[in-house]
Amino acid sequence: MGFNLPLKRRGTSGEPGETADGAPAESLGAASQWRLIWLRLRRHRLAMASAAVVCMLALIGVFCEFVAPTTPGDYSAAHTHAPPQRLHFVDTSGGDLDLGLHVYGYDSVRDEETLAREYTVDTSDKVELGFFVEGTPYRMWGVIPADTHLFGTQDPEERVYLLGADRNGRDMLSRIVYGTRVSLSIGLVGVALSFVLGVVLGGVSGYFGGRTDNFIQRLIEFTMSIPTIPLWMGLSAAVPREWGPLTTYFAITVILSLIGWTDLARVVRGRFLSLREEDFVLAARLDGCGRSRVIRRHMLPSFTSHIVASLTLSIPLMILAESALSFLGLGLQPPVVSWGVLMQEAQNIHSIAGAPWTLLPGVAVTVAVLALNFVGDGIRDSADPYQ
Amino acid sequence: MRALVIRRLFYMVPTMFAISLVAFLVIQLPPGNYLTTYIAELSARGQSVDQTQIRALEERYGLDEPIFVQYLRWIGGIVLHGDFGQSFQYQRDVSDLIWDRVGISVALALATIVVSWGLAIPIGIYSAVRQHSVGDYVFTFIGFIGLATPNFMLALLFVWIAFAYFGESVGGIVSPEFADSAWNLGKILDVVSNLWAPVLIIGTAGTAVLIRVLRANLLDELRKPYVVTARAKGLPEWRVIVKYPVRMAMSPFISTIGWVLPTIVGGEVMVSIVLSLETTGPLLLQALRNQDMYLAGAFILVLGVLTLVGTLISDLLLAWWDPRIRHAQAEEV
Amino acid sequence: MATGTDQDVLLEVRDLRTRFRTDHGEVPAVNGVDLTLRRGRTLCVVGESGCGKSVTARSILQLVEPPGRITGGRVLLHPDPDAGGADAGDGHASATASPAFTESVDLAALSPKGKEIRRVRGRDISMIFQEPMASLSLVHRVGNQIGEAIRVHNPVSKKEARRLSVALLGQVGIPSPERLVDSYPFQLSGGMRQRVMIAMALSCEPRLLIADEPTTALDVTTQAQILDLLADLQKRRGMGMMFITHDMGVVAEIADDVAVMYLGNVVERGTVDDVFHAPKHPYTRALLESIPRMGGARRDRLPAIRGTVPDPAKRPTGCVFRDRCDSAMPGLCDTVDPPPIDVGGGRQVRCLLYGGAEGRGPDDQVGGTGDDADPTPRTGKEAADVDAN
Repeated sequence: MGFNLPLKRRGTSGEPGETADGAPAESLGAASQWRLIWLRLRRHRLAMASAAVVCMLALIGVFCEFVAPTTPGDYSAAHTHAPPQRLHFVDTSGGDLDLGLHVYGYDSVRDEETLAREYTVDTSDKVELGFFVEGTPYRMWGVIPADTHLFGTQDPEERVYLLGADRNGRDMLSRIVYGTRVSLSIGLVGVALSFVLGVVLGGVSGYFGGRTDNFIQRLIEFTMSIPTIPLWMGLSAAVPREWGPLTTYFAITVILSLIGWTDLARVVRGRFLSLREEDFVLAARLDGCGRSRVIRRHMLPSFTSHIVASLTLSIPLMILAESALSFLGLGLQPPVVSWGVLMQEAQNIHSIAGAPWTLLPGVAVTVAVLALNFVGDGIRDSADPYQ
Repeated sequence: MRALVIRRLFYMVPTMFAISLVAFLVIQLPPGNYLTTYIAELSARGQSVDQTQIRALEERYGLDEPIFVQYLRWIGGIVLHGDFGQSFQYQRDVSDLIWDRVGISVALALATIVVSWGLAIPIGIYSAVRQHSVGDYVFTFIGFIGLATPNFMLALLFVWIAFAYFGESVGGIVSPEFADSAWNLGKILDVVSNLWAPVLIIGTAGTAVLIRVLRANLLDELRKPYVVTARAKGLPEWRVIVKYPVRMAMSPFISTIGWVLPTIVGGEVMVSIVLSLETTGPLLLQALRNQDMYLAGAFILVLGVLTLVGTLISDLLLAWWDPRIRHAQAEEV
Repeated sequence: MATGTDQDVLLEVRDLRTRFRTDHGEVPAVNGVDLTLRRGRTLCVVGESGCGKSVTARSILQLVEPPGRITGGRVLLHPDPDAGGADAGDGHASATASPAFTESVDLAALSPKGKEIRRVRGRDISMIFQEPMASLSLVHRVGNQIGEAIRVHNPVSKKEARRLSVALLGQVGIPSPERLVDSYPFQLSGGMRQRVMIAMALSCEPRLLIADEPTTALDVTTQAQILDLLADLQKRRGMGMMFITHDMGVVAEIADDVAVMYLGNVVERGTVDDVFHAPKHPYTRALLESIPRMGGARRDRLPAIRGTVPDPAKRPTGCVFRDRCDSAMPGLCDTVDPPPIDVGGGRQVRCLLYGGAEGRGPDDQVGGTGDDADPTPRTGKEAADVDAN
């Protein structure tokens, strides 16, 4: 009897997968950590709604060529700063009821003095819209040639400006949709880079402690004490103009993540330090687990949820930083389309006053950041299922 | 307390050094050096390049010497003579150009901190004490929006609204009619009336963060046993809250200045560019665009050092505020 | 039984009910508690953790925090007969300046944030808590915190409050109080902090001191010192004391009266001699049996109460102790909620063994089980929930 117990205990702790698989996750006591987090997160209504928004944005980003009514470079000199069109469904102009999505075209007059175009709605010019229509040809993901759009004008020759046009008569909606891909992906790639830096440096700092910890802590404090925007500006200004769009994209991402890793490193270090003192880590060590096994099997799983939460919360910071840099003309350069690049259009009072819809990419930034923040907060709140 | 101040000042030296390295890096990063840019600039204007002048400049910056000698000359000039180098764009000493702008930037940042605190403290206390009330939700919502909107976007919106609905074109801290006049009450009032909007715009994100920090801390503190003790003494509820949990919740709040400050400086740069305020922001951007690197480097160095000083002040403030930190650090010395 | 006319009765708690609103409905933490506190006497409230003793204590002063609230019952604070000058014995000097009330007040009916309850807090009734570390503000000086307690109820200058604070610190046995008055609580040891708490609680000469497990967080030697100090102060000042503990040893040492609580009810109360020598409720008996005794047979395992305390949110019908009770009567204990039964000598028991089941109760069993412990040994049972030293 006396030695049965320890044997049994070793059996269960040696193969934790067995118990996790064996027990149906019905009872809360046996549910896995991720399931508990999920259960808590599901109760978080705001976080769930925001998660839906984030998923939608991600889908738009992935399939932007298909989602956009036209391509971002498709310009029309006759539609400079054309205002947004109202979407109509019911048309009674023909005498009888005519259903179908449509907008009305413009009558434009050029002001002789200012050379600006004045637009009025021309209800006789009906532009019919439809789903899965043929339109401007594009290459899906730059590879597959196609010309079907999620929605657009029935007649490929017509144009639709649901969110207005920029100064070259390009469709703002299409440009914002394309910008989603670049802006979101720069957030993701940037966060992935900071993740590597943050987890490695934070983990090293927290696990080894002592002098290493002290040094990395000083490094973090230093990085955090520099005003980020001027530094970002300084570093991005050094990116040569001759570089292609892709190189610039990566250079900017690297610059963003060079400064953005500190938060994550602090979280990881803090968790490491507190976990080191936990009884179960001590128990694992006493059971004879090696250092890497203790980290991988016992420590990492118990703070991945915290890492996921901080990752989610860093993406919006990256998006904000990218849009700020690109807005200043120091980040991504046209013809690359990101929300920040689009905001360059709104830099002077004349374009804002004449075409306030050029501010819309900023609204896209706000929506994305807000949604990501809510999701991140939700995950963080649910991250401690044993609280 | 004096030992603490001295020790913190001592701690600042390596960080200052690191900041100067970063600023120097920014100066060195663009292809070519100051001289090649300068020569290119002169030739672009169709001017002949004066060989003796080039020799003098090479001598001054040690451009043909190893990089660390260049660094030593640069930083030595700053520390010993206050010489930040030359702005080729303006053909003037950088130090002549930056100090006015830095002064206004500092004033703007200070005003922003004061306003953010003035807003965040009462709102944070209200949100925590009346948790789940309508007001709490409203402030939380506004805070989230404030956090999620880039402040240059807010500045643009402000410009648009001021122009479209009030017919005013914004920009500038000193209105044209006061531009050349000496400082008097009218000019001060004018500056204040021009400053409130930038201050609010720059402060939005910071205020939102501060409200969240204070609210979360205060919610934690309100559940602590010492609050019950204070109530059991028979103190009125508001005195219980203000004297004990608020006092405790302020400690982490004060330590946030350290990292809110860099955000405020950054926000100030962005907002100033949009609103074309005469601060460091627009000049820094311009310098970076034109690769006027000594000017840009000087701004980055000065802004970094000022932020560091701000962080130091917040540390000292914290030690003054929280006896536990004061005593713990006094024992370390 | 205590009545309003009894001059010594300070405070009567009658049918007090406090509930906590949670996600799973309302949880009754205190479910009809009756207590009587007399001046010059110490009432010990004992029970396992979670039985509602602390909530009862906090309910008296309206210190229960949301989502908890008092939903029923009365807490009657009777006026001080000395204040009227009728019976000024013992040199009991009252320093309170605000006028003392002359009629009994129902504290449970007052608003938790109102002026009336604040006048009672700290002046008529004060309280000390379990964790002296967390219960004092760490960033305010000791003198500031005691002085504040004095100045809330007395119009004295800061200087005078400081002088009084030093005197109080001396009275609670703190060495060199003049120096200590300017230190911060984080510079003091646990025992010293609890002495500061006591000094603060006594600063307005309260008639009743509620001590909520004041020695639990302290080490054993300090515990004994604090207990001695409290017993001594209580005797010298002639105040009433309500002492909450789960430690039967402490009860034996300082109690005059005992109230045993189980799951939000007082299951038995009486004088300490009566309860200790002739426990009536099966729970009290089990509690007393689980105390290790000197000279007992060493080989025997200490009897423990089987099972665990039910979740207060899912209170069983009938008697809440019946699942763990060896004397449970099937068909009776699981249907009838036992009312408080007077069994003479000021004792009350909530157990159907002593009546209260309207004819269905087997009253004849009373004599049989009254005196002695149940002879059946309870080995091999679950570990004791009660921390009985």
